[in-house]
Amino acid sequence: MFETTVTMDQFIQSMIDTFYMVGFSLVIGSIIGIPLGILLVVTRPGGIIESKLFYKIMNPIVNIFRSLPFIILLVAIIPFTRLIVHTSIGTPAAIVPLIIYIAPFIARVVENSILEVDDGIIEAAESMGATPFQTIWYFLIPEALGSLILSLTTATIGLLGATAMAGAVGGGGIGDLAISYGYQRFDSFIMLVTVVVLIVFVQVMQSFGNWLAAKVRRE
Amino acid sequence: MIEMKHISKTYTRKGVETEALHQVNLKVNEGDIYGVIGYSGAGKSTLIRMINFLEKPTSGQVFINGIDLGSYSTSQLRDARKNIGMIFQHFNLLNSKTIFQNVAIPLVLSKVNKTQIKDRVLELLDFVGLADKAESYPNELSGGQKQRIGIARALASNPSVLLCDEATSALDPQTTDSILNLLKKINEEYNITILIITHEMSIIQKVCNRVAVMENGEIIEEGNVLDVFGSPQQTSTKKFVQTVIHDEIPASVKNKIKDVPNSRLFKVPFDQNDTNPIVNDLIRTFNITVNIVFASINEIKDDTIGYLVLQLIGEKDLLEKAAGYLSHPEIGAKELAK
Ligand SMILES: Nc1ncnc2c1ncn2[C@@H]1O[C@H](COP(=O)(O)OP(=O)(O)OP(=O)(O)O)[C@@H](O)[C@H]1O
Ligand SMILES: [Mg+2]
Repeated sequence: MFETTVTMDQFIQSMIDTFYMVGFSLVIGSIIGIPLGILLVVTRPGGIIESKLFYKIMNPIVNIFRSLPFIILLVAIIPFTRLIVHTSIGTPAAIVPLIIYIAPFIARVVENSILEVDDGIIEAAESMGATPFQTIWYFLIPEALGSLILSLTTATIGLLGATAMAGAVGGGGIGDLAISYGYQRFDSFIMLVTVVVLIVFVQVMQSFGNWLAAKVRRE
Repeated sequence: MIEMKHISKTYTRKGVETEALHQVNLKVNEGDIYGVIGYSGAGKSTLIRMINFLEKPTSGQVFINGIDLGSYSTSQLRDARKNIGMIFQHFNLLNSKTIFQNVAIPLVLSKVNKTQIKDRVLELLDFVGLADKAESYPNELSGGQKQRIGIARALASNPSVLLCDEATSALDPQTTDSILNLLKKINEEYNITILIITHEMSIIQKVCNRVAVMENGEIIEEGNVLDVFGSPQQTSTKKFVQTVIHDEIPASVKNKIKDVPNSRLFKVPFDQNDTNPIVNDLIRTFNITVNIVFASINEIKDDTIGYLVLQLIGEKDLLEKAAGYLSHPEIGAKELAK
């Protein structure tokens, strides 16, 4: 039962790979996705810096990327990946599609969080003579913060799921371990360990996200 | 001074046009507490939002202290708005920030330094009577307290005008009164011009010196509060006035007096400055019986409007003479049907 062909080093390496993939693509994805999500709110018709051009172009682009399942995106953009990281296999090769997958996702959830802010808040900001940037920085983001944290938690958990598929390009990580050892080599022990690790990881992430959101909302 | 000239506003939504304002002219003088009353959908909010250009007119001009808001660039307009405070029906405070931070926001936006912000915010919280709530959050406050914070925030940048859109509509009558008293205090102590939007005549009655009545996007009547309450011209205005001034004889009283023979009814206005001894004159000069059947006195801001309904009983020609006396402009009585 407790026999396995996977060494401790391999296991630790796959954990590191997973954290690396999730962490890196979350950071870069947020750097792209958060501003994009905010821009989708403020440029929409009736928004504080309404821009038909930007909105009409970016909105469908986000939709297009959002409609591709990760496993398809992963292989579809291999030429692009190769252009960026000069390789199409390994952990770095997985990060490019992960970012392209998660950034539009983050943009969308950020957009939804910001849209939840009461119009009255924007009206108050305008009546005080706030610039669009000030309205975003001092009004929209603080008021949406709790919701933004929960959105990013969801994005992180989604990323974790996507990294499991990164095995398809030899991306490594804990999901890869489960498939190449647990599934293909019938190593049920490592399968079990992986499942438990994933469950714990998701639980911890979600609880942390909930706790942080509740804290900023002072619930 | 606020002046609106020929303001019209048409909204287009999904191809459907709504004319929210039609050829509105309005003048609010410095130091006024100006009330705008009207039923839901009359265009009141649209009107008040024109004054800080949150909504731009389709045609017409808005002048603040003689300068046309339409001539401002975007950044000039932002600066102009700092001179016009606004409070809202639902307060619109930031729930994520403390009371102190909420009141400080307009100053933070203007990049005022921290020590000055602190002094100003504490002064304002003190002024609205909530100095002890600085570190609380909005959801720990009652509606009345939230509105006080809204007021403190609106005053932070030292505006010369304060706009109030249904600022007391979410509050109970007692809290409403305390907010109205605060507005009066602001008007008197800081000489801030206040514009109040409401659908309750009692609010106009308590604090305003001038009033405009809106209906279907137009101002149908406008004037000094005492004049409008004393002699409303339009049907809607009369209805609004009747919600606070009871100048109709109650039905029960009417029933009791309707069958008295040789009698006529007169409604006589009176105020504190009245020196005519009307009742005395009627009895002595015309030798008739005078019966007071109904009276009402109403406070309007710092004045009163009162009515007396007199039933005169006597011989026909004596009553006729008495009627002549009462219709004298100085007395201004009106005969009522029995
Ligand atoms: N942004 C908008 N788009 C389209 N129509 C609007 C808009 N704002 C107001 N209207 C319309 O303009 C008219 C006047 O609305 P407004 O909000 O000024 O009325 P109001 O007198 O403030 O009413 P209430 O007492 O209910 O607040 C209404 O018919 C309303 O439907
Ligand atoms: Mg309104």
